[in-house]
Amino acid sequence: MAYPQMVMYDEEFKQINFVIEKLLREANAKVIFLVDKNGQLISGVGETDRFDTTSLASLTAGNIAATGGLAKLIGEKEFSILFHEGEKDNLHISIVGGRVILVVIFDNRSSLGLVRLRVKKASEELTGIFDRLVRKAEEKERSGVPEFPFAEITDDDIDNLFS
Amino acid sequence: MSFINYASREINCKIVYYGPGLCGKTTNLQYVYQKTAPEAKGKMISLATETERTLFFDFLPLALGEIRGFKTRFHLYTVPGQVFYDASRKLILKGVDGVVFVADSQEERMDANIESLENLRFNLKEQGYDLDRLPYVVQYNKRDLPGVLPVEELRQELNPTGVPDFEACAATGEGVFETLKAVAKLILIDLKKGR
Repeated sequence: MAYPQMVMYDEEFKQINFVIEKLLREANAKVIFLVDKNGQLISGVGETDRFDTTSLASLTAGNIAATGGLAKLIGEKEFSILFHEGEKDNLHISIVGGRVILVVIFDNRSSLGLVRLRVKKASEELTGIFDRLVRKAEEKERSGVPEFPFAEITDDDIDNLFS
Repeated sequence: MSFINYASREINCKIVYYGPGLCGKTTNLQYVYQKTAPEAKGKMISLATETERTLFFDFLPLALGEIRGFKTRFHLYTVPGQVFYDASRKLILKGVDGVVFVADSQEERMDANIESLENLRFNLKEQGYDLDRLPYVVQYNKRDLPGVLPVEELRQELNPTGVPDFEACAATGEGVFETLKAVAKLILIDLKKGR
């Protein structure tokens, strides 16, 4: 396989949520999402109920992918920050540790400068957590611990999904 | 690349519908959307031109149910089929877990099918994937139209490796769920092996 499987464990999930909740408060943001580059939502904090998080995750990843394509065309590795300004709400999108996307939605109670500043600090913490997560998944794979939940599924389990 | 979340007990997989322009990829997703219970689906997103041709992708999230206590979610994507959108197609293949190749059964579209299939193989390779090792199914669409090629002929050209293949008419829904089920099953079997 070209890419290792993305796995999330309880411990790191809590750490991640702690960091983005802190960012939510410090940046005076409305909502914060973490999305993987393939468009899958990792976590979200704040007023998440107001948004269609699945669609948001998929479109953000599409946006990052398209901008990444543009970057390569002009000889850049990637554009690590995108900012979209709306009438009320703004979107600050940044790439964390080269592998996940941090989305901050904020309004006029905050400012771009504040968000950028806080995002920078949170990104460093998140990068550390994701590095540990990748190492942990690799170690587990190497040690061959058969904890994978799907190792023992049967054909019946699969068929039942479609019944 | 599926995403296994032990914290929320979810597993997410990405399925991409590939094929030449106007072969019915978006129609496949629209039918799945129409026929799926509201609680099992999210919003369908289509990034299309004013003439309803896919510009970037269509996206449909489906929650199929649970396996061994894990919520199983499939994210269905289509690529833009028109030849000149190749850069976008490459992006959408990133992180793919399973591929559906939708072929247009009409005789005059045979060259377009072959070109698109070669393009799929090439673009996957560029991302480090091998089509022969991915969960992969083929759908012969538009079987209801006059002037379609016999399935045997299509199979010979488009499915030399003998992956699961299905006849379909996406507009009426015939074969749509059979195709989706087949690729989803292959993905889950692949996950079972733990790769």
